Amino acid sequence: MTAAPLIARQGPLDTVVPWARRNAWTLGLVGFLAALLVYTKLIQASYDASSLQGLAIGVLPLALAAVAQAVVVLSGGIDLSIGSMMALTSVVCATMMKGQSEQFGIGVVVIVLVLGMILGLINGALVVFTKVPDIVVTLAMSFVWAGCALLVRAAPGGGASDWLKNLVLGSVVSDWVPKSAIVLVVVVAVVWIPISRSMLGLSIYAIGSNRLAAFRCGVPVGQTKISAYALTGLFSALAGLSLTASTGIGTPVPGPYTLMSVAAVVLGGVSLAGGRGGLFGPVVAVVVLQMIRTDMTFLSIDSNYAYVAQGLILVGVVMIGSFAQMRRSRA
Amino acid sequence: MTVTTDLLLEATGVSKTYGAVVALKSASLAVRPGEVHALLGANGAGKSTFVKILTGVVQPDTGRIVVRGKERTAHSPAEARRGGLVSVYQEPSLIPDLDIRANLRLTKTPVEPFRHWLGQLGLTDLDLSSLARKVPLASLRIIDLARALAIEPDVLMLDEMTAALPANLTERVLEVLKSMHGGDRSVIFISHRLIEIAAVCDRATVLREGQTVGVVDVTAGSEEKIVELMLGQSVEGLSARTGDVAGPQSRTKGATPRISARSLTSGTRLHDASFELYPGEVLGVVALEGQGQDELFDILAGSERPRGGELLVDGQPVSFRHPADAIRAGVVFVAADRAEALFMQRSIRENIALPFSTRLRNWGLIDLDKEHESVDGAVRTLQIDARAGGEVRRLSGGNQQKVTIARWVAGGVRTMLCFDPTRGIDIGTKSQIYRLLRDMAEAGAAILIYTSELKEVQLVCDRAIVIFGGRVVGEVSAADGDEPTLLRAAYNLRAEAAVPEAVAAMLGSSSSGAEASTSAASTRPEVQQ
Repeated sequence: MTAAPLIARQGPLDTVVPWARRNAWTLGLVGFLAALLVYTKLIQASYDASSLQGLAIGVLPLALAAVAQAVVVLSGGIDLSIGSMMALTSVVCATMMKGQSEQFGIGVVVIVLVLGMILGLINGALVVFTKVPDIVVTLAMSFVWAGCALLVRAAPGGGASDWLKNLVLGSVVSDWVPKSAIVLVVVVAVVWIPISRSMLGLSIYAIGSNRLAAFRCGVPVGQTKISAYALTGLFSALAGLSLTASTGIGTPVPGPYTLMSVAAVVLGGVSLAGGRGGLFGPVVAVVVLQMIRTDMTFLSIDSNYAYVAQGLILVGVVMIGSFAQMRRSRA
Repeated sequence: MTVTTDLLLEATGVSKTYGAVVALKSASLAVRPGEVHALLGANGAGKSTFVKILTGVVQPDTGRIVVRGKERTAHSPAEARRGGLVSVYQEPSLIPDLDIRANLRLTKTPVEPFRHWLGQLGLTDLDLSSLARKVPLASLRIIDLARALAIEPDVLMLDEMTAALPANLTERVLEVLKSMHGGDRSVIFISHRLIEIAAVCDRATVLREGQTVGVVDVTAGSEEKIVELMLGQSVEGLSARTGDVAGPQSRTKGATPRISARSLTSGTRLHDASFELYPGEVLGVVALEGQGQDELFDILAGSERPRGGELLVDGQPVSFRHPADAIRAGVVFVAADRAEALFMQRSIRENIALPFSTRLRNWGLIDLDKEHESVDGAVRTLQIDARAGGEVRRLSGGNQQKVTIARWVAGGVRTMLCFDPTRGIDIGTKSQIYRLLRDMAEAGAAILIYTSELKEVQLVCDRAIVIFGGRVVGEVSAADGDEPTLLRAAYNLRAEAAVPEAVAAMLGSSSSGAEASTSAASTRPEVQQ
């Protein structure tokens, strides 16, 4: 009875404002990124569409790694084996694809994605069944997966199907729309949107937000946790594939992806305590972090300083964010 | 195997041991359809273990649970839920980072019945798209209950659900429970408040030392019998007073008040708190939920700084920046939430000794002998069951609460602030705490106690102040402080309330603003008599 006038009163502003308030952090991050792009154009006039394509290809593996990390952090866990899982899936992909037909390559991609899920499943099952803290389990497994990667291929090498390489190279529609950006958006959307609308997505947020309450609500906490790790494995495999696609080979040594993904998750507004945040924020955060490094290069600042600056920005931005939150909750 | 019975739920011979500790020896429970059945027991009687077994959180060692004639073993709350048994706890099981609608989806709760029950419980203006963590705690408890009711479980179990609910909402809950009489569903109601049991329950099952010791038909006058069963041999009067009516006479005329609050204000809740706390008295604070009492205690304990007003301790103006300042000035705080006050993984000794040792030795080594002496003394004074003392989290709730008090007793109490110190603990422990507070007051300490259980005022206080809408609006002496009077005062219904003239004058000037600023009062002005 009271609902009807309520709905009638709601204009577009009434839905936009709460939405904006809820996503204030991500919107701020997008604004920051826009400012960075403008600034980049100012200091480096030659920054154009092809530079943007380079940026998109460069951030793709880390963006997928950040998404992988975000899923498990939302569920209240953490995965320190993402970099190793990427290395393992990447070398498996490069080794199997080398010298094979394009059609065979499609099969390889499917195999690698399944492999990623299995790796994540093993991580999750160990965390749930042994009750060893996730940070310990995944740290230990990071050595296992890295070792496996070296067993598969002792040195960088292998190959990649041409279609896979073409998937991330160049642009579509306009020069300003890099293919790899489209790939990123499509891949994340196809995997995450159905899940986030399902009971599984709800349960992932629930166990991350308050485990006990979720348990009492009848959420299968263990299963949900394992599923979250499996999803993380899947996204890590996608990140590994993107590594192979962009370099054309497989490298058995894990890159700096694990810790960078944690940084991106934090900067992307996902609470490390779990339950709060989304996947879009971390992706934007990855681009921001990459842009900062690019700008430092343009300004010809020593790359060692760039690392220092990156760290300070991370701490600073997160600090500003929590200050803003404190003020809001006090008001 | 099927059992021919008209019982809705029947548990027989349920036992559970944790290592060497026997939590449950032989518990039984029989619930008929359409009844509200109380499950009672002192802390440590095995009540919470029994509840956990019924709800599938832990598995029993032996015993049978039969629901609607079918034997059932639940391995998780989800299974118990599917089997028709849903629980509502003192802490609402809502996910803070999801909105209400998503929370309903999580438990597959239909929205329309949910809204219906929400209306029954008096919560009509809820926006389903608000995040659970932005909704006030009392409303969350109601939402949790409405959600459980909407699923229409065979057996609804309310575990201490009313323990931290304000009086007006408790009444609504009890009314809804009454309306469930005579249907084919049942309620298992767990509460430490016998008055609530008497109001809604048909029968009560009493546990003691892991065994079911009796099933009582709840009628007028059955409280005595229940208490007798719960306590076993050691039946004692609940009152802490030993014959004499300790009263205002212990307040020495002309003594300097330990605490003088003058027009303290803070945030949006506390507007004008003025009162005086004298040595040798127990001063009660009576208020409905959210009238500013939380803020007041935070200020007095040094956790928050007031926005305005003046605070005097022993006649000296003070401005606490930190709880350490308050402790140094002799003002110590016993929090309602034990999890907030205790170091759950550490021992009783460390929990008690921490504030005491920090005060004695700032940098040097801790004098362990002396520490042991004081700690042992405090443990003895409070009769803490220290068998599981290695880690405080393994103690029962009542014993944990005793530890939070003991840490201050060990160092000698000058002024103690207690915020609902007996919330959710059993009668035996309650009565020990009452006696302890009285003894401390006799010895010259000043004690300020907020209580959500109004009858405690007469049991332990000398007088009580009433806070309403962020203002101290009245004062009631213990002699006049029966429950109806206090409840009326808490709702700020001035008409028949016995308030001193001086306060009544103040009331006239401040109550109009107070009424406008409080929504809690407008929801339910009529009070059960």
